Amino acid sequence: MKYEIALIGNPNTGKSTIFNSLTGLKQHIGNWPGVTVERKEGEFNYGGFKYKVVDLPGIYGLTARSIDEKVARDYIVNEKPDIVVDIVDASNLERNLYLTLQLIELGANVVVALNKIDLAEEMGYKIDVKKLEELLGIPVVPMVASKNIGINDLKNVIDKSVRKKPTEIIYPNFEPYILKLIDILKQDDDLAKRFNLKYIAIKTIENDKYVSEIVKNSKIYDKLKPVMDEIGNELNKKYEDAELAIAEERYRIISNIVNSATIKKGGELTISKMLDEVFTNKYLGVPILITFLWMAFNFTFNVSDPFSGIIDMIFGWLGDFVKANMGEGWLSSLLADGIIAGLGNVLVFLPPIICMFFAFSYLEDSGYMSRAAFVMDKIMNKFGLHGKSIIPLVMGFGCNVPAIMSARTLEDEKDRILTILVNPLMSCSARLPVYVVFAGAFFSAYAGSVIMSMYVLGVVLALILAYIFRKVIFKGRPSHFVMELPPYNKPNWKNIFGNTWERSSKFLQKAGTIIFAGVVLVWLLSVFGPTGYMGPEALENGELLANSWVAVLGHALEPIFSPMNWDWKATVALFFGFIAKEVVVGTMGVLYGTGEDQLTRALTGAFDPITAYAYMAFVLIYMPCIATVGVIKQEIGTKWAIFSVLYGLALAYVVALLITIFGKLIF
Amino acid sequence: MYPMAFTREGDKIIIKDLNGGQGIVGRLVDMGLNVGSEAVVVRNQNTGPLIVSVKGSNIALGRGLAMKIFVDNVR
Ligand SMILES: Nc1nc2c(ncn2[C@@H]2O[C@H](COP(=O)(O)OP(=O)(O)O)[C@@H](O)[C@H]2O)c(=O)[nH]1
Ligand SMILES: [Mg+2]
Repeated sequence: MKYEIALIGNPNTGKSTIFNSLTGLKQHIGNWPGVTVERKEGEFNYGGFKYKVVDLPGIYGLTARSIDEKVARDYIVNEKPDIVVDIVDASNLERNLYLTLQLIELGANVVVALNKIDLAEEMGYKIDVKKLEELLGIPVVPMVASKNIGINDLKNVIDKSVRKKPTEIIYPNFEPYILKLIDILKQDDDLAKRFNLKYIAIKTIENDKYVSEIVKNSKIYDKLKPVMDEIGNELNKKYEDAELAIAEERYRIISNIVNSATIKKGGELTISKMLDEVFTNKYLGVPILITFLWMAFNFTFNVSDPFSGIIDMIFGWLGDFVKANMGEGWLSSLLADGIIAGLGNVLVFLPPIICMFFAFSYLEDSGYMSRAAFVMDKIMNKFGLHGKSIIPLVMGFGCNVPAIMSARTLEDEKDRILTILVNPLMSCSARLPVYVVFAGAFFSAYAGSVIMSMYVLGVVLALILAYIFRKVIFKGRPSHFVMELPPYNKPNWKNIFGNTWERSSKFLQKAGTIIFAGVVLVWLLSVFGPTGYMGPEALENGELLANSWVAVLGHALEPIFSPMNWDWKATVALFFGFIAKEVVVGTMGVLYGTGEDQLTRALTGAFDPITAYAYMAFVLIYMPCIATVGVIKQEIGTKWAIFSVLYGLALAYVVALLITIFGKLIF
Repeated sequence: MYPMAFTREGDKIIIKDLNGGQGIVGRLVDMGLNVGSEAVVVRNQNTGPLIVSVKGSNIALGRGLAMKIFVDNVR
């Protein structure tokens, strides 16, 4: 026998933490059918039974105004899990219970996981759990998920509750109307079998679109309609808006419950309050945000540097070793010139990428990100963006793929599309290798500033384009800003390292598959030419290489970029960079030779500082990598994915050309 | 009754009326800002968004929206 349980709760209540504790490593991530909301599933065993756990999105209510809410409601209504575990933040009981009541209305078999008891106590709250259970009519399990306290109790209570009947909720001011409606509704057997009729009745009064459709298709609709209208008229006379009146009734009941179940009332978190005094200050907020980002970048470069050095050394040594011991054959060349040189040049960037993901995971976990949205709201608005757009934009410095997915927190479609379209301009860590290699070769004394200038250029372009797109394509104003600012967290290292690992391992996977395939392809196209197999000598001998397929491709593309004075090898690298921007350096590693010294020497022959800078800018802008294009398509459709490629190419060309022209004029 | 945007930091207020369209009003209610709820203005710097503390959580609200939420002071 296998039971199915669902986890639900407001955002930031500890859902992920509880999900991880319950299921351990037995997890599986997919998508909800038809929508792109992530669906996490896991399993655990308890008392001889198997439990499947489904993680639902973090939401405030079940009215289904957003995709997340719709997913949660449809799942509970249609798939009827055996238990719905509602994770309630004990430090914020009143607001959290609003969702709990709606779950009970739905007829779900609810168990409350009363999490963050430690935080509530720190604030001075004391909650009578027994009393709360009694008033709500459902089991309540106190927990401190971040310290693994209460997980076993939760499993135990789930085990005891699976075969129980769900409880019922009574709204005194509306009960007569609800009963009247149920009387008619229950004449439709099919309806009664599929739904909790009380839910249907309440939602009918609330004029909920989804339930209205269901009721309209019922055979008792003719009988129901006059009663519905009569009730509607009566309620409209009594209250201005029936939906809001029911909401108030819920809050009234909650307020009573909370008052009787709270032994001691708490105050606010003094530390959070003090931090917000500074972080959300109108003068200090933005400088502080910039300081944090600056610190994140500094951390990334300084901490990762020695590790990158080690990796570079290992790959250099590996290449020499293979060459020395495996002779001159094609296999040795594929290994040394292709795979080791190409991958080596990319993997050198694993340390900075891990560090960058770590820094951003830390910022996210600390609760600071929502403050960033707060202080940036006004500035973002000036450029046609929403305050919340800042979160995907900052995350873009790590990788554009998760960044674009995080734009889902933007409810308004126009805001979301706009935020996604400019996201690729935020320079992700994959572009860093290109900057480092070029800045090191041409601007050694100012390498740091030159690299920073790329990030700034990306941000400036993103803002300008957002402004233009808002004026031309998405006319109107950004939607209203509403966002909860959760209290600041002490770092939860398990979460931070988990997040860092999840994202870094995606990079490793990419290195092992796409980038690997990319460099092998480049190698193959280098040792083969229109005349056939030329042998690995091609990579050593410029004249031979000039007859290879890469050269053919490079020469074909070269004229397009002739105003910028880039040679065909650099051009080909751009072509393959579409696979993943790391491949630009990977390709250069294959074509120009491996190791920092050799690559630097080769580059100084092929570029001058101005054409090099133009090249860096082009790589920053020219088009999102395959994975990013894929995720843009998934999130907002093919049309916009194509648009992002086209505008990227055009913009990159114009910017690189301008840099070349003005660079030559000035220097 | 006056717009929330005109409150001052530290004011104790009661929500009197919510405007701005079905979607946004529903979201405010879900987040605990229903008509009749009491809140404290934590941040209002006469520019940028506001922060109000309601039912134990801090909610940030854009200034434009704060012009559409009507409140009264609580003594
Ligand atoms: N003080 C405290 N913090 C917790 C507890 N459980 C989770 N957290 C923290 O709350 C934050 C949000 O947790 P998460 O699991 O990501 O919540 P989700 O957004 O609901 O998935 C994280 O920083 C956790 O470390 C708890 O019991 N006590
Ligand atoms: Mg989570």
